[in-house]
This record gives sequence, C-alpha cells and structure tokens, in this order.
Amino acid sequence: MNLDLTEEQQMLKKSARDFFEKEHPKTLVRETEEDSKGYSPEVWRKMADLGWIGLVIPEEYDGTELAFLDMAVLLEEMGRACLTGPYFSTAVLCTPILLAAGSEDQKRELLPRISGGELIMALALTEPSATYEANGVATLAEPEKDGFVINGTKLFVHDAHIADYLICVARTRAWSSAEEGISLFLVDAKSLGTTITPLQTIADDKQNEVIFENVFVPASGLLGVLHEGWPVVKRVLEEAAVAKCAEMVGGAEWAVEATVAYAKERVQYGRPIGAFGALQHNLAEMFTEVNMAKRYMYYAAWLVSSGETRSMGVAAAKALTNDVYKRCTRNAVQFLGAIGTTRDHDIGLYYRRARQAALLFGDSDSCYERVAQEIGL
Amino acid sequence: MDFRFTQEQMALRHEFEDFFATEAKNAPETWVGGLESDYNTEEGYAYHRSVAQKLAQKGWLSLPWPREHGGRELGPVEQVIFNEVCFYYRVPGFNFQGLMILVPSLLEYGSEEMKAKWLPPIARAEVDWCQGWSEPNAGSDLASLTTRAVEDGDSYVINGQKIWTTGAQHATHIFLMARTDPNAPKHQGITYFLSEIDRPGITVSPLLMMDGSHVFNEVFFDNVRIPKDYVVGEVNKGWYVSMAGANFERSGSGTVSGSRRDLEDLVQFCRLTQRNGRLLSQDPIIRHKLADLAVGLDAGRQLAYYCAWMQAKNTLAIAEPSASKYFSTELMVRLANTGVEVMGLYGTLKKGSKWAALKGKFEAMCQFTLGLTIAAGSTEIQKNLIAWMGLGLPRK
Ligand SMILES: Cc1cc2nc3c(=O)[nH]c(=O)nc-3n(C[C@H](O)[C@H](O)[C@H](O)COP(=O)(O)OP(=O)(O)OC[C@H]3O[C@@H](n4cnc5c(N)ncnc54)[C@H](O)[C@@H]3O)c2cc1C
Repeated sequence: MNLDLTEEQQMLKKSARDFFEKEHPKTLVRETEEDSKGYSPEVWRKMADLGWIGLVIPEEYDGTELAFLDMAVLLEEMGRACLTGPYFSTAVLCTPILLAAGSEDQKRELLPRISGGELIMALALTEPSATYEANGVATLAEPEKDGFVINGTKLFVHDAHIADYLICVARTRAWSSAEEGISLFLVDAKSLGTTITPLQTIADDKQNEVIFENVFVPASGLLGVLHEGWPVVKRVLEEAAVAKCAEMVGGAEWAVEATVAYAKERVQYGRPIGAFGALQHNLAEMFTEVNMAKRYMYYAAWLVSSGETRSMGVAAAKALTNDVYKRCTRNAVQFLGAIGTTRDHDIGLYYRRARQAALLFGDSDSCYERVAQEIGL
Repeated sequence: MDFRFTQEQMALRHEFEDFFATEAKNAPETWVGGLESDYNTEEGYAYHRSVAQKLAQKGWLSLPWPREHGGRELGPVEQVIFNEVCFYYRVPGFNFQGLMILVPSLLEYGSEEMKAKWLPPIARAEVDWCQGWSEPNAGSDLASLTTRAVEDGDSYVINGQKIWTTGAQHATHIFLMARTDPNAPKHQGITYFLSEIDRPGITVSPLLMMDGSHVFNEVFFDNVRIPKDYVVGEVNKGWYVSMAGANFERSGSGTVSGSRRDLEDLVQFCRLTQRNGRLLSQDPIIRHKLADLAVGLDAGRQLAYYCAWMQAKNTLAIAEPSASKYFSTELMVRLANTGVEVMGLYGTLKKGSKWAALKGKFEAMCQFTLGLTIAAGSTEIQKNLIAWMGLGLPRK
C-alpha cells in the first residue's frame, strides 16, 4: 500500500498549479466564458508544449505516455483552475477512443497532431434522450458505396463548435439490442450536412446541438470494428466519470480553502466569523466531505488505471463527488454572505460548474442505482 | 499510488479470516455481534474470555508491540486489517480499553519495571482493563476532572467518582486519571494511575442504557490506596500520558467493517422479504437508501486506510482521524436507523423473538450506536478539532 502521490505526480501537480495560476487566471476564465470560442488558443498551445494534451498518448505518437492516474492528478488542478476549453473532450474522451479503436493509420494520422495541440476533437454521443446508456443512441449510420451516411441529432456535445473532428456514436444495426450494432465514426466537423448550434448552459461550458443530415463519411472514417463500438465507449465513460470526479474534487478543494480563508479575515461582532462555532462545524464538515471525496476519487482512479476489479468504485465515486461538490459550493456561498452570490466573486464559477458536472457521465440517481446493483440489490 | 495490500498483509488477512470465521461459529445463541450489550449475559462474557485466550495463544493481542515485549511490531495498517476482520465476523476477545488505550501509554511512558509487570498479563489475556477517565462533571472537558489523589507514604490515596466506565463490572483492572495538584493549571496537575479493580474502597455500580443493557458503570473511590509504583509516567504529567492512547482510540477504523457486514445482512433481508407484493430489494427508494449507505461505508473505509497510512509513515495527522471518527460513527447511527426503517415493523422486534429481523440486531443498534458519537470525543468535539487544528480557525 502506498497512498501518496509519486514524486512525478507531485511535480506534475505543482507545475500545473503554477501554470494555471499564471496563464489561466480567473479573469481569463470569465473572458472565455463570454467569448463564443470558449477557450484561449494560446493556453492550449502552451499546454501542448508541456505535453499535457498528449498526456496518455504513447511516445511513438509524440505523446507523454503517462497513465490515467497521472491524468487524474492534472485534472484536479484543471478543476481548481476552472480550465475552459476542449481538454476534456480531446484528451479524456476522444484520445482513449482513438487509442482503443483506431487503426494504425488513423492513429498515425491523428494522435501526433492531438499531442501537438493542432487538433481539437469532440465526442458526439448524447442525444435528446439525454442519457449515457446505449439505448439513448438513435442516430443512424447506413452503409453506402465507399462509406456511410449519418442522420440524427446529437445534443449536449461539448466543444463541437471548435472541433476539427467529431467522433460520432451511431447505430449501424437498428434492430439489435441496445448495446449491439453501435459503431464509431470519425467525422470532419465541416462535413456537408453537419449543423452545429451552441447551447447556453449553467456552466457556460460550450455545449452544442449537432445535427447530422445525410452526412457522408468515407469507409476510412470508421473507427474500430463495425457494430462493436459500444464496449469502447463504455470503457471511456468509466474513465470519464472518474476524470470528472478529479476535476470536481479540485474545484471543491478550492471552495473549502477560499471559504476558510474568508472566515479568518471577515470580522463581525468584533471577531473573525471563523471563530463562531456554527461556522466552524460547517467548515469542518466541508473539509471532511471533500477530503473523503478526494481519497475515494484517487481510489477509483487507481482502480481504472490499474484494471483491478472491486465490487464498488467508479459509480460510488461519482455519486459521492456529485453530492459533495454541490453541497460544498452551496455552503461556501452561504458562508461568504452576499458577496458570494455576485458575478464578481469566483465562487460562482465553481457553484455553476458543480451543478453541471454532477450531471455529466453519471448523475447521482443513476450512480446510486448502479451501486445498488453492485451491493447485490 | 497503490491501494493493494502487500503479500504479507494479504497472508495476514487470510490468517485472521480463518481464525475469526471459525470462532464466529462458537457464538452463543444470544450473541448479536459487535454490540457491547452482548457481553452482558454470562455466556456472552464467557465467549469473550474464551476467544481472548485463543488470541493470546496466537500472540495476536500484542501484534503491534515491540519485539522485546513479545510483540511483532506490526504497523497501523496491519492493525486496521485485524480490526476489520474481527469486526466483520463480530467476534469478541479484544479488550479495547486495555489494548488500544492503555498499552500505547504504557509503552511510551511506563518504566521498564512497569512494562515487565503489566504487559505480559495483558498479552496472555489474564486481565480485562477498564478506562476510568470521565467524571460526572468532566466529560468533553476531561481535564477539569476532580477525583483527588493525595500522597501518603508509599501510596496515593484516591477519592472521587468516575462514570460511564465501560465494562467495569467484568474488569480486573482500571486505569484512571486523578488530580494530584489542584493548584496547577488544569492540564498540569493530573496523574495517570493503574489499579486492581478490587482494591478496598472501590465500588462499581451499574448504569443501564436505554435498552436496559448493562454496558457502563459508575466507579466510586473512597480512600483507595494505590502504590506509587502504579503511576504511569511522571506525577502531574498524566494528561500527556493519556494522549498517547487517546489518539489510537480516535481513528476507530475497523468499526466501519462491522457496519459493512450489517449492510450486507440488510441487503440479504431485502432480497428475501416481500412487502405489498414485491421484494423490498425492488423498491427504488430502498435501493437508493442502501446504496447511499454503501457509498459512505466504502469512502469511510478509504479514509480510515489513509489515517493508518499516515500513522504508519509517522506523519502527524489531526484532522483526518477526527474526520474519520465522526463520519464513521455518524454513519453507523444512520445505518441503524435506516435499517429499522427498511425492515419496517419487524425491525423493531427485540432479539429472542422468532419474528425478529436479523436477530434484533438493528433494534439494539439503533440505541447502542447513539453512544458512539458521544464517546471518545463527541462529533462536536471532533469538528472543533478539525476547525482549530486542521483549518487553523481561531478558538475564540
Ligand atoms: C457508550 C459510552 C461508553 C463510554 N465509555 C467510557 C469509558 O469506558 N471510560 C470513560 O472514561 N468514559 C467513557 N465514556 C464517556 C465519554 O468519554 C463521555 O461521554 C464524553 O467524553 C462526553 O462527555 P459527556 O457525556 O459528559 O458530555 P458533555 O461533555 O457534557 O457534552 C454534552 C454535549 O455538549 C457538546 N459539547 C461539549 N463541549 C463542547 C464544545 N466545546 N463545543 C461544542 N460542543 C460541545 C457535546 O458534543 C455534547 O453534544 C463513554 C460514553 C459512552 C456514551
């Protein structure tokens, strides 16, 4: 047993903390939130130079070749920094799909450009059915001479508006059971018939509606084995749930620290508000919950990273982190008083992100249901 | 980062599991498991004694002790493994007061002669210790205790009262704190004493818990003479001597494991029991409630491992053990109450009835767990510690 971060992980964490504080201040977060692109290409390029975009990409494709657990450490810092932009879409969602399902040619073609920060990718998975289950996929891809034709509507697609390529999850055999007959396609985001419309969300996190209307994809755009795409997606959704937890934990830790710091500073009735027992106990609870979510997130990340199987882990981590991040940001606003409710205070960035993230890759209800199955109910 | 146990730790766990799984089969009919009230009955206490002797023979009562005192110098992580298995199988035999609270203080502050005198009978399970710290007017604010110890020749003479003394009715010995210097600041006039429980002038009288069970007691000291060489550490330094054991008392890691077993039983109950024409396990509300508890238990377990890991590295952690203590005990109260709720009317039946669900465990647990969030530093005290020591918030 070793429950400490490795020296390399500590260094990664530290350099990420420093980098984001310098290059990605909250002023930039606000600017990019309001800007239609939603990210800073300059920060993106620098992240590529640091080897972070290709963090889990093997060296032979110009990546850094680190493990998922290392990515979790980096994502914690990204969550703390409220990083805007397509990192999650490109590096956490699409890269593992390419690694798992891509042909050698596809990997050679795409992965080095991803590592280099030249390619932005987005995963077109969810639909108006608004679920991460396979039964939610209704978009159809029908074979045609030398390729496929895709028809359907994808919804809640992060970063599609700036993506070079979309990975589209589509049904290739409409009569199969939910998890069968699904295939993955690499779609040029500028393909004829693709219409991308931005959505406004609570986290200003640049989600889109993507309509495919008779979009032709050449045969070379098929990723992996025809009809056998879902297991790949399923595996990536597991990782994505834990990766999201890592971001959330990073944000939650910031919220606790910021609230504690304020409680030491703000004076009412002649003493710091942090001297009042009522606040102390609430802050102690926040600390406890966030700490627990953090330890458990590392555990889940280790499970995913090492391939160990235990009866519980990923769904439990997401359920716990959802609840903890939402509660902790809600309480943080309370203990900051009126200032916490304003656009000027940074807590709002976290409060809004918590509400969004708690629904991505596993909302609490579905996670608790999965845990119920895992404990034998 | 690696959450796997070492080969040796796994081997140790299997060894513990073999033993406790076998011993669990020897439990008397009345044994519900894991609750202090189980020790009430004669056969319950006899069961405890019989397991204790077997543990002693295996050398498992002294696992963490230094080799020179017959221990195996196993670390906190191994101790957590032991506690987990022991609680999971609901097997007694482990005198927590003596082994987890007294021994660390003895090892750190006892003279060599004292260790030679007091440790071997503990390792051999010849004694059961009880903890005489709390007083009627000294609870959370333990350092305000007023039991007096006055020097007289080669002895101290003790007068005063202890309360909430768990297991004093069975104990052979008691360790206590008493005031030797009433003029010193409150933490600096206290001395740590050992005593046989049958010294003249000591009276033990029961206090019953709300379910009628006899767990704790009042212990009265009326001119009790205790020899000077029964003092642990220096005179007037007893508070600091007690801290060595209080830290161990707090992390309370294995208890979560006992709760995991309770949850497993509850899941099983729901899979077998129908209400209104369907299995309880098919009720989405019940599924959600139990899943919520399961997440808390699994996360609590990881937090407990983390505390043990910090301790193993000799990293002083204050906030984490406090967090772990209050979180796990609060969760146990919730588990007990949710259990009764889920089992419905069957859940309120006491043990002994053929209709009682899960031998009435949850009915008893619903009452007993209340003490867990109060004893060994209440939930509120743990939160104070987190706020002051962990978060650096002002005390005033
Ligand atoms: C089942 C059980 C077994 C026990 N076994 C033993 C034993 O074997 N030996 C032994 O010596 N003692 C034992 N105790 C006693 C235990 O240590 C005390 O009950 C505990 O220290 C609390 O003291 P109190 O009950 O006097 O409560 P009080 O200290 O009077 O507390 C009452 C309430 O006030 C709160 N409170 C107190 N101070 C503060 C503060 N500063 N800030 C916020 N809230 C505060 C408490 O949290 C609690 O809610 C046992 C208790 C129980 C319940």
